[in-house]
Amino acid sequence: METGTSRVKRGMAEMQKGGVIMDVMNAEQARIAEAAGAVAVMALERVPSDIRAAGGVARMADPTIFEEVVKTVSIPVMAKARIGHYVEAKVLEALGADYIDESEVLTPADEVFHINKKEFTIPFVCGAKDLGEALRRVGEGASMLRTKGEPGTGNIVEAVRHMRHINSQIRKVQNLSKDELYAEAKNLGVSYDLLLEVHESGKLPVVNFAAGGIATPSDAALMMHLGADGVFVGSGIFKSDNPEKFARAIVEATTHYTDYKLIAEVSKNLGTPMKGIEISKLHASERMQDRGW
Amino acid sequence: MKVGVLALQGAVAEHIRSIEQAGATGVIVKRVEQLEELDGLIIPGGESTTIGKLMRKYDFIDAVRQFSAQGKPIFGTCAGLIVLAERIEGQDDAHLGLMDMTVARNAFGRQRESFETDLPVKGIEEPIRAVFIRAPLITQVGPEVEVLSTFNGEIVTARQGHLLAASYHPELTDDYRLHQYFLDMIKASANVER
Repeated sequence: METGTSRVKRGMAEMQKGGVIMDVMNAEQARIAEAAGAVAVMALERVPSDIRAAGGVARMADPTIFEEVVKTVSIPVMAKARIGHYVEAKVLEALGADYIDESEVLTPADEVFHINKKEFTIPFVCGAKDLGEALRRVGEGASMLRTKGEPGTGNIVEAVRHMRHINSQIRKVQNLSKDELYAEAKNLGVSYDLLLEVHESGKLPVVNFAAGGIATPSDAALMMHLGADGVFVGSGIFKSDNPEKFARAIVEATTHYTDYKLIAEVSKNLGTPMKGIEISKLHASERMQDRGW
Repeated sequence: MKVGVLALQGAVAEHIRSIEQAGATGVIVKRVEQLEELDGLIIPGGESTTIGKLMRKYDFIDAVRQFSAQGKPIFGTCAGLIVLAERIEGQDDAHLGLMDMTVARNAFGRQRESFETDLPVKGIEEPIRAVFIRAPLITQVGPEVEVLSTFNGEIVTARQGHLLAASYHPELTDDYRLHQYFLDMIKASANVER
C-alpha cells in the first residue's frame, strides 16, 4: 500500500473533472457551495477581489477558517499557499488539506523558486499562462493545472488568452519532429521528457482547469468549450446578488456547456454579477498573473 | 456492445478508454434518452454529492432504475458505488438505492490517506492494481450481495446480480480486467442481441 504516488495525486484531480471548485470564506458559504453541487471548495480568508481591494501582503488563511470549512462539508477542501512558501504548504498538509493551490493570488514568498511539490503526500494545483510555465510546474510535481486568468477582476479575457495560448502551443509541439523537440524544450525552459509526452499525447500530462475572472454561467461554459477540464470560481459567486442561485447556475452551465437553451434558462434573473475590472486599467504591479516563473 | 459512462461529472474519459481497450464501444452519456441504446452503464468516480444532485436534476434517478429493472448491468466506481447503494452512513437519503448495502463515504480519511495497492478480486486471476482516492467502504451487505474483495477486512468490491461496485478506480490504471469482467456480465445478461 502506497500513499502520495503520482497516480493517487493526479487521480484526485481527474475525479474533479467537469466540476466547479468554489472559493469560500466561512462555513455558511461552504454549505451553499456544497448544496449547489461544487466538487470542492477553496477555503480562503478573502476572495481575490477583496485581496485586490485591500492591498498589502496576502498570506495563507488563518487555519481556523480551514477547520471550520472541513467540519461543515464532505467534499474535498483546498487551500492556498504563497508561491515558494514550503512551510505554509506543510502546515496545510498537516491540517488535512485535500489539495494545495500554490497561488499567485497571494503575495509570492520566493521570487526564484516554486515549492518542490514532489515532497508532499497531497497534490498541488498551480497556475499557468503558457505551456512552458505549465510543464515547469508539472516538473516540480504539480498534479493539476489551471489558467491564471486575472483573478478578482470578473473579466474572462485573460483566462481565455491563457487557455487558447496553451492549446495552440500544444498543437505546435505535436507537429514538431523529434529532433526539433530538443530546441523547443530549451526555448520553453522545460524538460525534454515532459515535452515529448505532450508531443505524443497531444495534451497536458495533468488536468487543466480554468480560473481567473469567471463571472457568469456563460463564462464557465466558454472555458469548457475552449477545452478546460473544469472551472474554479473565485470572487464571482459570493460577490453576486444571489450566491445560491448563481452557484447552481455555474454548476449546470459547466456540466452542459454545449446546451445553450439550458444556459439561457439558468442565466435568467441571476441579478447583477460582480462589477468587473477592465484589464488595461490595471497597473502592471496589480497584475497577479505576472507572479510565478 | 455499447457501454455508456454517465458524464455529469467525474473521470469519464478514463472509463471510456478502459471500455474500448477491453473491446466494447464507449458512449458518453449526458441525457436520459441515450440510455436506450446501451447494453451496460458505468457510473464513474467524481464527487457523489455533485453527481447525485445532477442525476436528480436531469431525471436520471428513475431512468437508471428502469435501466436496471430491465436487467441491464451497471458498474459503479468510487462515487458510483455510493450512488448505487441503498444506504449511506450519516445521510437520510440514498441516490439510486439499487444495491442492498450500506456505504461509508471518505472512509479512509482525507486525501493524504489516499493510496494504491495490489488487490485480489474473486473471479480475476492475479491481483489488480487498485487506486483508492478519498474512497468509500461497504460496511454492510444484504444476502443477495456477493463480496468480491476486501482490503484489511473491509469490503471494497461487491456484486449483486447485474450490479457491480468498486470503492477504487480501475479506470486510472492500464489494467482492464475489471472492465473485462463487467463486459462479461453484460454478455451473460439476456438483453444483449448478438
